[in-house]
Amino acid sequence: MIYEGKQKIWSEYQKEIPDDHYFYVRSCIRQSFFPASEATFLEITRNRLGKDIFETEHHTTCGGIAYHSDAIPQETAMTIIARQFGLMHKYGYENYVCSCITSFGLYCETLETWRQFPELAAKIADILWKTCKLEFAKPRFIVHASDLIYHYRNEIAAMARHRLVNVHTGEPLKVVEHIGCHYSKMFPSKGVGGAEYPYVLAGMIEAWGGQVVDYPERRHCCGFGFRQYFIKANRGYSLSNTYKKFESMEPYHPDMIITNCPGCPYFMDRWQYVIAEETGKTYGENGHGIPVFTYEEVAGLVLGYDPWDLGLQTHQIGPEPVLDKMGIKYDPSRKYLGLKGKDLGMPVCPGCIK
Amino acid sequence: MKNNVLIAGAGPAGLEASAALQRLGYNVILIERSETIGGHLARWDRLFPDGESASAALDSLIEGIWGVKCFTDTEITSANRLGKSFNVILSNGIIVHADAVLMTTGFDLFEASKKEEYGYGIYDHVITNADLEAFFRNGSDPRINNPSRIGFVHCVGSRDEKAGCRSCSKVCCATAVKQACEMRQAFPNSQVYCFYMDLRLFGRHYEDMYLSAQRDYGVRFIRGRVAEVSENLDGSLMIKAEDTVASAPLKVSLDLLVLMAGMRPSVSGARIGSLLGLQSEDDGYFRVMDGILDAQRSTVPGLFLAGAATGPKTLPETLADARAAAVEIDKYLSVTFPEAKDFKQLMRKGW
Repeated sequence: MIYEGKQKIWSEYQKEIPDDHYFYVRSCIRQSFFPASEATFLEITRNRLGKDIFETEHHTTCGGIAYHSDAIPQETAMTIIARQFGLMHKYGYENYVCSCITSFGLYCETLETWRQFPELAAKIADILWKTCKLEFAKPRFIVHASDLIYHYRNEIAAMARHRLVNVHTGEPLKVVEHIGCHYSKMFPSKGVGGAEYPYVLAGMIEAWGGQVVDYPERRHCCGFGFRQYFIKANRGYSLSNTYKKFESMEPYHPDMIITNCPGCPYFMDRWQYVIAEETGKTYGENGHGIPVFTYEEVAGLVLGYDPWDLGLQTHQIGPEPVLDKMGIKYDPSRKYLGLKGKDLGMPVCPGCIK
Repeated sequence: MKNNVLIAGAGPAGLEASAALQRLGYNVILIERSETIGGHLARWDRLFPDGESASAALDSLIEGIWGVKCFTDTEITSANRLGKSFNVILSNGIIVHADAVLMTTGFDLFEASKKEEYGYGIYDHVITNADLEAFFRNGSDPRINNPSRIGFVHCVGSRDEKAGCRSCSKVCCATAVKQACEMRQAFPNSQVYCFYMDLRLFGRHYEDMYLSAQRDYGVRFIRGRVAEVSENLDGSLMIKAEDTVASAPLKVSLDLLVLMAGMRPSVSGARIGSLLGLQSEDDGYFRVMDGILDAQRSTVPGLFLAGAATGPKTLPETLADARAAAVEIDKYLSVTFPEAKDFKQLMRKGW
C-alpha cells in the first residue's frame, strides 16, 4: 500500500465545508437504531464547539427511503426535498447538513437534476408554492453530518479525554471505516476523499489516534441496500453481503468499526448475531463480535461522554472490549438505565455472541 | 535556395518525415522538447506482432536523419505568420523562418491513476504497460517479484466516456497480447488473464499472435471489465470483474496487474497547436483537412500533421503517415515557392 498515493487522491477531493450556521435535518431511522447519535451530534456541535446548528420539528423525511424502494417517483421525492430546502430558506439558513447518507445522496442527485433540467426545477418550485406556500431555494452548501465532524476532527482531538489507542499496549486501535454507498459513489466530488478511497472517516480515525484498516471488501455494501432487506425474500442477499465483509476483514483483527450511514451500523451490528447463530462464528476476541459505532458515538467516546449516555447499550455487539482498550471507565450496572435512571429492562442476551 | 521545414516532435513520425524531407532537398529543423529523441518508442522493448526490437527500429530511424538539424530540450515559445511562411522562436533562442511546419507531437499515455478503482499509485503491484516495457528493457522492477498470477486490463483510458476518453487507442489490445506472451516467456509457471471489452486486433499477423497467445502460452481471455482492485493482507491483489461470456461475476487474486494505458492527445502538442492556430476535434486530436483524401494537411496553409497527433496509430501507420506528410509538404512547397524548384531538381539529380 502506497500511503502517499492515497494522500494525492485525498488532496484532489476536498470539498468546501463552512464552519458554522447550519440547518440540520435528521434521519428517518437513526433515532430508532442508535437513538443517541443525533443528540450527540447536536450536543457536540452546539455545546462543546459553540456552533449554530438549527433544527425544526417541521422537517420530514427526504423521501429517499420510498424513492429507493421504488414506492414513489423522483418528482415526488424532489418536491419533498424542495420543502426541506424551503424551510431552510424560511429560517434564514443557506448551509444544509443532513444526518442520513441516503438523504445526502438524494439531495446531491436532486440538485444535479435541477441543474441539468431547469424546467423541472421550475415545475417543482411551482408545486412547492401551491402546496406549501414556501419559497423555492437551493442550499449554498450541502454537507453530511460526518463531513462536519470531519471538519471539526482536530478541535475534537484537542479536547479529547480518550484516544483510539489501546492504553494497555500503547498501540493504535485498528479501525475499519465503512462509508455509506450513497455518500460518494454516485457523486465522488461531493464526498471528502472521493468514492474509491473516502477520507471522511479515515480522517477522524487518524486525528483521534487510530489506525485505518484497508481490507479487500472495504468498498462493498454493508448489506442494507433497501430492496435487499425490505423485500423479505431477499434478506439472504443482505446477510451474504455482510458476511462477505466480515470474512474479508477478519484476518486484519480489527478492534472496531466506524460507519457514517443509518443502515450500515445497524446491519453490520445485528447481522453478526445472525452469522453467529447460523455458523457459530464470531469475529472479535473471546466470543465477542466486532463492535460497530456511529461516528457521533466515537466522537462522544473520545470527548469523554458516558458510554451509556451515548446509547451504546442499544448495540447488539457489546462495546465493552473497545471501552476497556481505550481506558474508558463505565458502570455496568447503569448499562440498561435510560433517561433519569429509568430501568429499560435487561434484554435477553444470546449465548452465541457477546 | 532551400525551403526550411520545421518539424515539432522527434518521435518515430518526426524522425521518418525528417529523413524523407532531407532526402527531398529541404533544410529540415527537427525539435524535441525532451532531452532524448525517439518518443515512446525509445522506452519500448519489443514490438508487436513479431517481437522485433524497438531499439533496433529506433536506431534505424535515427540513422536516416543524418544531416538534419536536431535540437533536443527545445520547445516553440512563439510563432506568427510572415507572408507565406512562419516566424518561429524556439526556447533555445534560435529563430526559424519556416516555409512549412510539420506537427509530429505524438500522444501522451493516459494517466492510469485517474482510474482510481484500479489503484495505480496506491497498490504496490499495479503497473502500466509502459512500466512493463521498462521492466523488459531493464530487467528489474521491485513491483514485479516472480508473479504467478498476472492480469492485464485492456482499455484503461480508452473507450471510456467516464474518463473523458471516448476513442479506441488501437494499439493496446495487440500490446496486451504481446506482453501477455512475454510474461509467460519470462515466468513460465505463471497464469495470465486478459480482461477485455472487445479485442481489436486487425493487422497482418495479429490474429496469429492472438491464437498463439491462447494455444502456445495458455493466456486466458475474459470478456468483461474489471470493476475494482483491492489489496489482500499478503500484498497480493483482489480483482473483481465480470465474465460476460459466462454471465457471472468473477473474483480472482493476482500477484501483478498491468493496466493498458491508452493514448491521449499530447498536452504539449496542444500548446504548440494553439500557438500556430491549429484546430482540434472533440477528442482532442488535431483536425485534418480531410480524413480520407487529405489526412496530413491541417486547416492552416503550410501546417501539416503526421503520426498520433491526429489520432491513435500503430507504428507502421505512423511511419507511413510521416512519409505521406513529406510528400504533401513537397507538393505544397513546390506550388507555393516555385522559385525553389530548380534547386530541388538539381539536388535530386545528384542522388
